[in-house]
Amino acid sequence: MDLFNNLALGFGVAFTLQNLMYAFIGCLLGTVIGVLPGIGPLATIAMLLPATYALPPVAALIMLAGIYYGAQYGGSTTAILVNLPGESSSVVTVIDGYQMARNGRAGPALAAAGLGSFFAGCVGTLILAAFAAPLTELAFKFGPAEYFSLMILGLIGAVVLASGSLIKAIAMIVLGLLLGMAGTDVNSGVARYSFDIPELTDGIGFIVIAMGVFGYGEIISNLGKHESERQVFTANVTGLLPTKEDFRRMVPAVLRGTALGSLLGILPGGGAVMAAFAAYTLEKKTRLEPGEVPFGKGNIRGVAAPEAANNAGAQTSFIPLLTLGIPPNAVMALMVGAMTIHNIQPGPQVMTSNPELFWGLIASMWIGNLMLIILNLPLIGIWIKLLSVPYRWLFPSIVLFCSIGVYSTNNSTFDIWMVGIFGFIGYMFIKLGTEPAPLLLGFILGPMMEEYLRRALLLSRGDWSVFVTRPLSAGLLAAAVLLLVIVLMPSVKSKREEAFVED
Amino acid sequence: MNIKSQKDFFSGLMFMVVGVAFAWGATGYTIGSGARMGPGYFPLALGVLLTVLGGVITFKALVVETVDGDKIGAFAWKPLVFIILANLVFGAMIGGLPSVHLPPMGLIVGIYALTFIASLAGDRFNFKEAVVLATILAIMSYFAFIKLLNLQFPVWPAFLTA
Repeated sequence: MDLFNNLALGFGVAFTLQNLMYAFIGCLLGTVIGVLPGIGPLATIAMLLPATYALPPVAALIMLAGIYYGAQYGGSTTAILVNLPGESSSVVTVIDGYQMARNGRAGPALAAAGLGSFFAGCVGTLILAAFAAPLTELAFKFGPAEYFSLMILGLIGAVVLASGSLIKAIAMIVLGLLLGMAGTDVNSGVARYSFDIPELTDGIGFIVIAMGVFGYGEIISNLGKHESERQVFTANVTGLLPTKEDFRRMVPAVLRGTALGSLLGILPGGGAVMAAFAAYTLEKKTRLEPGEVPFGKGNIRGVAAPEAANNAGAQTSFIPLLTLGIPPNAVMALMVGAMTIHNIQPGPQVMTSNPELFWGLIASMWIGNLMLIILNLPLIGIWIKLLSVPYRWLFPSIVLFCSIGVYSTNNSTFDIWMVGIFGFIGYMFIKLGTEPAPLLLGFILGPMMEEYLRRALLLSRGDWSVFVTRPLSAGLLAAAVLLLVIVLMPSVKSKREEAFVED
Repeated sequence: MNIKSQKDFFSGLMFMVVGVAFAWGATGYTIGSGARMGPGYFPLALGVLLTVLGGVITFKALVVETVDGDKIGAFAWKPLVFIILANLVFGAMIGGLPSVHLPPMGLIVGIYALTFIASLAGDRFNFKEAVVLATILAIMSYFAFIKLLNLQFPVWPAFLTA
């Protein structure tokens, strides 16, 4: 069996003392930062990315994957205990999780989230390992036209699932694509939009945008709110383990969540958010057992299912990244940036040219999940303590870590000026009600899209019909159009708005 | 004319302005044709697209009713100014500002400056607390970033190490 050989290779790489240590450090750091209110996985990864620069590529990616899982888990901890979703995918966890915490059942809620995530993570890893090889083969059939169409589909997919106004999200993507144009054009050598500033000829750093918009923008917006709106909940957490009754209810919910999450994660743009929403909606549709707490009042299934779904989705969303080199969401876009920094061009060739890296990463994802559960269940008490750190101590530290991280990327103060500008821009985005995540996705995809468009049209001698005459490309574009049509249908539209109002 | 959604109206305006700026900038580069795309081709197309999208958003903001007018609300000027300023001052401390003859002051001084200025962004400012926080952060950063991760930072002021 190829699958087992490959996994064995992967575990051989991951099970070195050094790599296990990096996976552990990654999970730990990710959880520590991710548990801080208002910092989602995106900001966490952006902040900790510079810490991996000095490592060898395999170790760096393993650590980053650990950070990602840690941050995601940390995010659900904050959601449950503080009623503050660190990121969009834990928005639904908040609904029942916080209610459970208020009833003194924070322990079972956290355990449900942890165990559900672990199970989903194991399944997700297996799916990832099983599907990676065949999908990579498909990827080699892709020409420039197919890649371009796939990116369109991915970008449309990403905004369709974003909350808020669809057209504003599309505009943010286009804005991101445009920002990605800054810097030297690879074909002509012309320095575009660089205003004769030498640092800008390399383009705008994605860390700069990520930290400015997500880090500073969020802090400023948080500080602008009244103190009472970011009240931290620090009631006693008693009893960690779910009861037998809880387990009986949790298990089917976790199974359903995992199945939904794995499926939706593979779709471009799907990923964790959609998975969590879909899983919660599904649970709500099922009938309540007699004596069960209703949803919205602290039902354990309302925590377990979306948490399992978002972890499964997070796992399988690595599939498009690793096989096609196309990031399906903003977190994966950051991973692309991280890989490029380590001189790895994400795409189908990674599996053949760096099999140790590829399978090592997959194996370490599972290890990361295992470590999270070992790390988190006994340490829940400590995370709760961390939550009681007052925000007035927290935010100067976050500003500092952002500044240090940005500077150390290029050892250049120019990046620090830039992150200041993007902090301002990020705050404007929040004020104007425009979501910044699509912008980052567009920013990463911008140069790739231009390149594939250029190659596709060069091959077809300027004939645009190439995108619809090649069957694969036409199919991808049709899927994108279909997605848009479905979302714009009046009945779905009202449902979609309803789903996002629910928080 | 009545603005129905303030947020959408101004974000639409923003998209239009940025779109026009990028498109106008793109005309300064070779546009080329579909088969031979110049460096200006893709940005020009995107700039036009963004302008159109911005126009639609603005138009909708004037026509479609909203419940509460989608007010932008007051700007949090204090945190905005102090957070950005803290970040900029930190940069100046690390790199120095040759234009005003400020030598690089290094990481430790930078951390104190950043912590103080950033703390001013909060609701209450407590001098003693800021000192303690800055000291903790300075010690932690020194060991984590300089000793452990070996990041290349000027640690102490340039005139002390020179």
